[in-house]
Amino acid sequence: MITVNAIGDTCPLPVVKAKNAIKELNGAGTVEVLVDNEIAVQNLAKMAKQKGYGCKSSKVSSSEFHVTLEIGEASAATGVEDIPEVCAVVPGHKKNVVVAINSQRMGHGHDELGAVLMKGFIFALTQQDVLPTTVLFYNGGANLTIEGSASLEDLKNLEAQGVEIMTCGTCLNYYNVSDKLAVGEVTNMYAIVEKLTQADLVVMP
Amino acid sequence: MSDDIGVIQTVDFFPPMVDDPYTFGKIAATNALSDVYAMGGEVKTAMNIVCFPQSWDINMLGEILRGGSEKVIEAGGVLVGGHSINDVDVKYGLSVMGTVHPDKIYANNGGHPGDKLIITKKLGVGIISTAHRVGEATQEAMDKAIESMTSLNKYAAQCCKNYDIHGCTDITGFGFLGHLHEMVDGKLSCKVYADQLPVFEEALEYADEFLLTAVAQQNRNHAGRFIQFDKDISFAMQEVMYDPQSSGGLLIVLPADQAESLLADIQALGVPSAIVGEMMESGDKEIYVTNLNK
Repeated sequence: MITVNAIGDTCPLPVVKAKNAIKELNGAGTVEVLVDNEIAVQNLAKMAKQKGYGCKSSKVSSSEFHVTLEIGEASAATGVEDIPEVCAVVPGHKKNVVVAINSQRMGHGHDELGAVLMKGFIFALTQQDVLPTTVLFYNGGANLTIEGSASLEDLKNLEAQGVEIMTCGTCLNYYNVSDKLAVGEVTNMYAIVEKLTQADLVVMP
Repeated sequence: MSDDIGVIQTVDFFPPMVDDPYTFGKIAATNALSDVYAMGGEVKTAMNIVCFPQSWDINMLGEILRGGSEKVIEAGGVLVGGHSINDVDVKYGLSVMGTVHPDKIYANNGGHPGDKLIITKKLGVGIISTAHRVGEATQEAMDKAIESMTSLNKYAAQCCKNYDIHGCTDITGFGFLGHLHEMVDGKLSCKVYADQLPVFEEALEYADEFLLTAVAQQNRNHAGRFIQFDKDISFAMQEVMYDPQSSGGLLIVLPADQAESLLADIQALGVPSAIVGEMMESGDKEIYVTNLNK
C-alpha cells in the first residue's frame, strides 16, 4: 500500500498526488490518501467512480480524512471501467446516530403543517456536517420512502452520502405500497430493534 | 436617483489565480466591472480594494493596480480612489458604481417559458487555471483563458440594449449551472444543449485528467439536485458546466424570435457565444442537460 499525504494541499493536488501514486503501483493495489477537507474526499471519490476503483473514506477529525482507493486487476489493466463503485463516507470516530421516523408528519397539531415540517426536517438532515448512520422509517413514516414522496430526492441524496435508509417491510405491506419503495432497503423488526439499541443517539423528529 | 437614472453599486474582489500581477489586476477588474453590465448599466466610477502584505515588493502592487485601472478606463469609468490594508495574502478588486434607467434593469430571474438562452465567452477557465497552477496545463491554453478572463462584457452588453432582455447575469464562481439555477429561480425549468456550449477543449481534457477544483464540487453539492444530465453527457462536460469562472461571460435570456439576431450581433464582435438552451414551464427538475444533435 502507498500512503499519500495531501494534508494542507488544495484541489486538485490531492487527486494529482493520488494519480501519481496509482501510476507507481503499476498494477493492482491500494493507495491511501490523507486530506484535510470533505471536498477533497468527494473529488477523489469522483475520480474513483470514473476509473472504477474501490473507494472508502473515514473521518479522523474535522481536519483529517483518510481515503482508501482500491485499484483492482481489471481497472488497473483497462484504466477505465463503466461500473461505478459505491463510495461511502463513513466517519471513523463519529457517533452512531440513528434517526427514527414513525410518521409522515413532524409533531402533533395541524396535519398539513406537520407534513411541511417533516419535509424540512429531512432536507435539513442532508445539510448537516455530521450525517446519521441510519434513518429508519416505520408505521406512517413508511410513506416517505416510496414513489411520489416529497422527500425522495433528499433521501436519495442521503443514501448517496452513505446513510443507510431502511423501511419497515410490515408497514409497507400494511399500507399496500411494497412495490413502490423508491429509496433504501426493506427491513424487519429485529433489525430495527438492533439499530435502535446499538445507537449512541436516537433522534425522533 | 431620479425617474430616469438609477444607481448600481457593486463590490467584488478575490485572490490571484495567475502569477503575473498585471494580468491578475486586469482579471479582477474585468470581473468586478461585469456586475454592472449584467444589470444593463453603464460604468461611471470605481474604487480599488486591496489587501497586500507590507513586506512584499510594492512594485507588484503597482502592477496589479495598473492592470485594474486600464480596465476601468476601457469600461469608460473613472477610478476615484480606494482603500488598502496589510494582509498575509494578496486580494484585489473594485467597488463599481454604474447607472441604469430604472425601467431597464435586467433582473437575473426574469425569463418566460419559450425564451432562449445565450451565453457569451467559453467555459472552462477555472479548470485551466487550476491545471496551470500544478503545472499540467499548456501555456497556450492558459493564454487563451487569460484572454477570455480579461475581456470586458461591455461589448456584448451594448448589443443587448437593442433587444427585449428578460434576464441577464454574469457567470462567475457558481459556474454555468449554478448561475443558471439562480436564473431559473424555482419558477421555470430550462433545457440546456451541452453540445452547443462554447467550451475550451483543453478544459475537457484536464477534467478527464481529474484536475478538479474544490469550487466545482461545492457547486455540484449546491445545485446538483436541481439538475438532470442525459446519460450521454460526459463526466468532463459536467465538470466544465460546474466550473467556477473567475471572470466569465454573460448569460442572457430573451424572446426566441430575437435570439438569432442578438447572437449575430455579439458574434460580429468576435465574442465566442451561442444559443445554448431554452426556458420551459416548471417541471420536476429545474435544468435538463441534453445534446441537441444526438
